[in-house]
Amino acid sequence: MKAFKDAGHLFRLASVFLVGGVLFLVFRGVLVPRSFGQYGHYRGNAIKETAALPISYAGHQVCQSCHTDILEVKSKGVHKRVACEACHGPLAKHADDPASVQPAKLDTAVLCVRCHEANLAKPKTFPQVVSAEHSGGAPCETCHQPHSPAIVAVAGGGQ
Amino acid sequence: MQIPVEGFMYPNEVELQWSVLIVLYPFLTGLVAGAFILASLERVFMVKAVKPTYRLALLTALAFLIVAPLPLQLHLGHPERSFEMYLTPHRSSAMAMFGFVYLWYLLAVLVVEIWLDYRHDIVVMSQGTTGWKRLVYRALTLGSSNISERSLHIDERVGWLVTVIGIPSAFLLHGYVGFIFGSVKANPWWSSPLMPVVFLFSAMVSGIAIVLLLYMLMCRIRREPIDMGCVDTVAKYLFYIFIIDFSLEMLDLIHRIYEADESFRSLDFMVHTRLFLSQVVIQILLGTVLPILLIGVTQVLKLADKQRKRIYVVAGCLTMIGIFAMRWNVVIGGQLFSKSFLGYTTYKMGFATREGLLTAVVLTVLPFVILWVLVKLLPPWPEKNSALSSVAVAAHGAD
Amino acid sequence: MNMTRRQLLILLPAAAVAWKSILAGTPETSPNYNMTEHWWGMLVDITKCIGCGSCVRACQMENQVPDGYFRTWIERYHVSDFDIENPKVDSPDGGKNGFPPSTLSGGKDFFVPKMCNHCADSPCTQVCPVGATFVSPDGVVLVDQKYCLGCRYCVQACPYGCRFVDPKKETAQKCTLCYHRITKGLTTACCENCPTGARQLADLKNPNDPIHEFLKTHAVQVLKPYLATRSKLFYYGLDGSVR
Repeated sequence: MKAFKDAGHLFRLASVFLVGGVLFLVFRGVLVPRSFGQYGHYRGNAIKETAALPISYAGHQVCQSCHTDILEVKSKGVHKRVACEACHGPLAKHADDPASVQPAKLDTAVLCVRCHEANLAKPKTFPQVVSAEHSGGAPCETCHQPHSPAIVAVAGGGQ
Repeated sequence: MQIPVEGFMYPNEVELQWSVLIVLYPFLTGLVAGAFILASLERVFMVKAVKPTYRLALLTALAFLIVAPLPLQLHLGHPERSFEMYLTPHRSSAMAMFGFVYLWYLLAVLVVEIWLDYRHDIVVMSQGTTGWKRLVYRALTLGSSNISERSLHIDERVGWLVTVIGIPSAFLLHGYVGFIFGSVKANPWWSSPLMPVVFLFSAMVSGIAIVLLLYMLMCRIRREPIDMGCVDTVAKYLFYIFIIDFSLEMLDLIHRIYEADESFRSLDFMVHTRLFLSQVVIQILLGTVLPILLIGVTQVLKLADKQRKRIYVVAGCLTMIGIFAMRWNVVIGGQLFSKSFLGYTTYKMGFATREGLLTAVVLTVLPFVILWVLVKLLPPWPEKNSALSSVAVAAHGAD
Repeated sequence: MNMTRRQLLILLPAAAVAWKSILAGTPETSPNYNMTEHWWGMLVDITKCIGCGSCVRACQMENQVPDGYFRTWIERYHVSDFDIENPKVDSPDGGKNGFPPSTLSGGKDFFVPKMCNHCADSPCTQVCPVGATFVSPDGVVLVDQKYCLGCRYCVQACPYGCRFVDPKKETAQKCTLCYHRITKGLTTACCENCPTGARQLADLKNPNDPIHEFLKTHAVQVLKPYLATRSKLFYYGLDGSVR
């Protein structure tokens, strides 16, 4: 091969590249995760892993199984669509083992005003008050039962 | 995380995602691409005048290319997973190209071209030196000591071909970085078809400028006279490409101002306030207009050698600062305003942190250290190198 | 809301088994869930949002969202008269603890909950260099926490600002549409805890989902439609000033 007589060094260079290329392919075969490409250009197992994350909020349906009496009251008031955990916080652990996890006592001074403090940006039809003027400092539960907040006063009328 | 915000920003936007290291990365790869284009001027376009800078340009490109991945690795949340870009590159992502384009350019273009050009010297030095140096050179020969006329001729031809392939490869190496920014439709400061082109031309400007500066510096160190024909030609090319670069940037600016789309007022305000110093003063005035005028003067008037040298040094330094400022304005500027166009944040650059100023400075200095090693290992001007001369004498004497 | 509740009651036994074992620590997905049968989205009714921040708090607790970062947040808009190109917007701590009283009067004020739009043509998944973020077969944009490099390109590419990088995990994070809940027949934490029903999970592939009826009878909007992301977060009552 007269043409390649003085090109030996180029062949050596090419073989270095070839070895490198082969090594790369071997590494690739070993290191690409097995489930990659299962559904698309990503690890298929990632979907399962995401779906398996722990749950903190049990969901209002679960509260029903033990707290039927409260839910009975709530279903008759204007808070019927408000989820229990919206006020009481995440309680999946409590639902799982009621005795061991006790939900914290709620502070109505913070809780109620978050929704009901008057604000120009809230929809006009939404019940809102300027809390400082409304109750003169008295806590909300003085007059309103949170599970059914309408005031059923003997004298004076309702909510 | 108390970052001062003016106006309104989406809550997750307040903290900048890409730091000064991401400013540094396109700066470094830009120097690589630019230096290589200068080298290709001699090799492919037969501009003989710039031959003295040929080898230096290649070594400069290599030194910067070796450092280029470091700012990226330091920036990543999980650098140990960066090899995933080689395993499962996502073909729709410009960033996924990085691994392969980088490797291709480093190995198939730059290393091969340097090897082919230096092979004769490598073989000679492998026979002439002793100790660990000898081992290094022998390894570099890949076991072949053939430096016959014909083999060198083959090297020349193949080297020419590699340079030809190298030019579009250099464009790709830096152009894709421009595309990384230019293709983000969510960010109107970045999203533009001009972005890769602007990046490329500014890269060529910075690459040519740095080789010009390094050549003049090294001649000084070696106590050699500067080849004025060479630097005049290099400066001339710098001038032409600078004009194109400036035109492109002005075109983008004028287009923005004229069309005044929904992002314009927000961006305009940003440029006039937070980005005024780095964009208007440093990038445009000091970093582009002034160097163009300075070199323009040398093209129009007949100035003495000493005066031209001074102008080239000043213009070169200003250019480097200006091009760094350009990268800063693109990367940092693109993150200072809210995508709601209603507010601005502030870039809080750490100092001795993983992505801080100190790190950026070290990474900027490192390529020069590597270049110094490369110049010692593969001298660009072997005729004056004592080791090679004595080797040549010794080898000749041994025959 | 009635239809959704009926569905939930039907799925409850399976869901109960599933979530009980989740809480006991053994991960498993609901055996009834088939990805190809669902195409998830969400409906937000601006006219009902009271900016209470329940959704932000619920999301934070359900998904361990770090402080200062938000998978969902609420913005308050003030639009004076007809100048819809210059709204005044604020989002104190993402609206997590509600909003202080407005200081601006005159004009129009409203709240806008924001979150990941779970775009069908998602620009964030397009730019991920390794395939760590993707659109699942059931239309949820997720991040593979074990594969993400933390390069932050996806955060840059999201036009809605819904992504961030967790400072401890150093990977990209975003709303997962509570994938771990919706695959078990539960609704998302934000929808669960919204007291006014302003947020509603929608399964666009389910013929019985009330979203279909809603879309036929109401004018709905998406954010930044000109970017053609095919967002699946539908708003009712979204003002033209909303960014």
